Amino acid sequence: MNQQAPDPSPPKLPVSLAANPRLSSWLKFSSDGQVAVSPGKVEIGQGIVTALAQIAADELDIDLSRVQMVRASTTASPNEGVTSGSLSIQQSGRALRHACAEVRRIFLQQAAERLGVGVDALDVEDGTISGPGNVRTSYWELADDVSLDRDATPGVTPKAVTSRTLAGHSVQRVDIPDKVLGRPRFIHDQALPGMLHGRVLRPEDARARLLELREDGARAVAGLVAIVRDGSFTGVVSETEPGAELAVQALRKGATWSDGDLLPDEGDLPSFLKSQPAESTIIDKKTATSPGAAARTIRRQYTRPYIAHASIAPSCAMAQWEGDRIHVWTHSQGVYLLRADLALVLKLPVENITVEHMEGAGCYGHNAADDVALDAVLLAKAAGGRPVRVQWSRQGEMSDAPFGAAMAIEIEADLDAQGEIVGWRHAIWSNGHAARPGRAAQPALLAGFELANPFPRMISTNPPQANGGGGDRNSIPLYDFPSWQIESHRLTTMPIRTSALRTLGAQGNVFAIESFIDELAAERGEDPVAFRLRHLRDERAKDVIRAAATRARWKPEKQPGIGHGIGFARYKNTGAYCAAIAEIESAEEISVRKLTLAVDVGETINPDGVINQIEGGAIQATSWVLKERVRFDHRRITSTNWTEYPILRFSEVPDVEVEIIQRPDIDPVGAGEAAHGPVTAAIANAVFDALGVRVRHLPVTRDSIIAAMELTS
Amino acid sequence: MPTVRFHLNGAETEIEADPDRSLLDILRGQIGMTGPHFGCGAGECGACNVIIGDHAVPACDTPLWSVAGKDVTTIEGLGTIERPHPLQRAFITEQALQCGYCVSGILMSAAALLKRNSSPTSREVKEALDRNLCRCGSHNRMVRAVLRAAEEMAAG
Ligand code: FES
Ligand code: FES
Repeated sequence: MNQQAPDPSPPKLPVSLAANPRLSSWLKFSSDGQVAVSPGKVEIGQGIVTALAQIAADELDIDLSRVQMVRASTTASPNEGVTSGSLSIQQSGRALRHACAEVRRIFLQQAAERLGVGVDALDVEDGTISGPGNVRTSYWELADDVSLDRDATPGVTPKAVTSRTLAGHSVQRVDIPDKVLGRPRFIHDQALPGMLHGRVLRPEDARARLLELREDGARAVAGLVAIVRDGSFTGVVSETEPGAELAVQALRKGATWSDGDLLPDEGDLPSFLKSQPAESTIIDKKTATSPGAAARTIRRQYTRPYIAHASIAPSCAMAQWEGDRIHVWTHSQGVYLLRADLALVLKLPVENITVEHMEGAGCYGHNAADDVALDAVLLAKAAGGRPVRVQWSRQGEMSDAPFGAAMAIEIEADLDAQGEIVGWRHAIWSNGHAARPGRAAQPALLAGFELANPFPRMISTNPPQANGGGGDRNSIPLYDFPSWQIESHRLTTMPIRTSALRTLGAQGNVFAIESFIDELAAERGEDPVAFRLRHLRDERAKDVIRAAATRARWKPEKQPGIGHGIGFARYKNTGAYCAAIAEIESAEEISVRKLTLAVDVGETINPDGVINQIEGGAIQATSWVLKERVRFDHRRITSTNWTEYPILRFSEVPDVEVEIIQRPDIDPVGAGEAAHGPVTAAIANAVFDALGVRVRHLPVTRDSIIAAMELTS
Repeated sequence: MPTVRFHLNGAETEIEADPDRSLLDILRGQIGMTGPHFGCGAGECGACNVIIGDHAVPACDTPLWSVAGKDVTTIEGLGTIERPHPLQRAFITEQALQCGYCVSGILMSAAALLKRNSSPTSREVKEALDRNLCRCGSHNRMVRAVLRAAEEMAAG
């Protein structure tokens, strides 16, 4: 088995801990028997807070109920960048485990001194430290004497996997009771004393500029506190939320906008993507030692449309000025990164800005959370020191937030006389998949582009392959083809705003690779599972494929109108392994009846949490594949509500079965993004199995199937 | 301002407000009851669902005047930490959510279903929840949780 090597020596601190070594920034003990744990990662509906609490409780030998998880804030939390890319468990979990192990040791040393026994003779049970002769003390008794205002040191060994009692067991998430009781847990549900309400007015036409603003209508609305305008940025502040709604409607009537920018032809995304100026990069190249002779070459093109985050809640933030200091409450994925961008826009030192996290609705990447925070900050300037809460409209959420980038992908395979793959070329045309705040010398926040002195609109870029890549994520095949070349063309124009959406480019690339593989296997008359296994060397990869195939009884007997297909990927080529088998039914529309998945995320801290995330990812991916596509005409985004941008409904959701392959000895990786690519490909391949048509353009709808049939005939 | 009277979670309630305002505005704003969530404001997502009489309806799409004299139940009236509704217990047992923003509306749709039909099939549950959107993909767990609650209620 090709497992990862254990931590290399000499000992190094986990990355997050090295960046934030102060132990007191992670943990605080109180004499009343509680430990406050402060991770820099935030809850975005993925259950991370519970998994981290499990790790801390395990390593400290305390009951889970003693752990109080602290929300991230720039006042005290460790700076762990952004909560994204399924890295939370890897980064925060390792750092926390290490910090807890060291803190446990510090307490034991103190206890040993106090009790007059050797450290090694001491035991900890639920925070009570005991030793020979029935001597005892506890973390809580020692809490005031032990200072954690010191830096973590490398070389502490966390507990062996086998002696962890909580990790690896399903525990109930700490946030769930509040949520099912309807308690105010979300930022949307908070009310600060003296709070006002703000709304921002944005143009319907893409990037139109505000030419003229008549304010009288809005001024006449009861409760109005202020109308704010700075360039094309404008909004209202009101005593009440309905007042703010009415005022912004009135303001809309009084606004005259310039023409907007021209948007591309939604019906022909590949032509648009391939005709734009782009930065081209060779992502990877493999040259065969003894190249086989190509008898023929097959080329296929795949596309995926722009996809909206379409969070169930519109983005929301609160902000309050006190002199030249500002306090912001946000559901951003990165409090420090947001702070950095706010500092750029406001031209203030970061010390003047406090950014505090509060939970929002499920977040699948860089949505409007950060944008609305700047909106609130700008509107709060006119609030005389009172806090202002700003919430976007559904329409704004569906049109002004960044989208997941559309992609055109072309793959060419050279086949030898026996139909074996001897060469492989994969090219991607797409906007960048990342324009997150806090990472550049210019801000990435929407209002920043609209001010009278605007910042240039940020053009999305791609993270390097070493960090998993962006548009090129998962574009390097895991299969043992003798040679390949992978090329990425990142657009340097960006008429439609894009940034990070779950999996970045991986969904598109896995869809393309796995569809093509399936097609090549079918051409040879070879079973697609067998074909994949034959071309893989990595046993963990083969195991998930075999596990999914066994569980789905691959390959079920053929029935009219029913199809089965498989898709596989290792997320980012370094993360979770996932194989998916889809069973679809083709009637009026395509429906997915069942998804069977097998995953390997290394050690599973909270198995039920992992299943929940995989299941969620699989269902979301099904929604992307069957329904989703941002609609626009030449002037504006038109899919601005749930009718124009439908997502999967209860009656359309497939049964999902998830099998976890436990690898307790391998560091855990995230599960949230593992399923999207494999599920996408599995559905498309199942459509072929049922209908004999290859749909290469997402979403898979009646129309795209008919178009594909016409192309074949 | 006219006064509208109705029963909110069993309590006599009197609201002075423009009767054309949405029930959701009144609940969240004037009353400060934030269990029903705003998702779209257009009756399309179900995040704001409450039970009026026997039916789950979007509060964002319900004018205040229309609830005069009626029984309105919100998630706050469904159960408490001491006495959770079997649905709330089942959602915890099944860990039936990811972010949970949609869940208060979904619980109301489910509660209305169980009032009408105490032993629904999974298909009936899905139909009853079809007007509720969940972006996180927690659907199947939610269906399981509703079925579990129904069983529990049947067992007394
Ligand atoms: S907020 Fe009422 S249905 Fe969406
Ligand atoms: S759990 Fe997040 S929207 Fe349903």
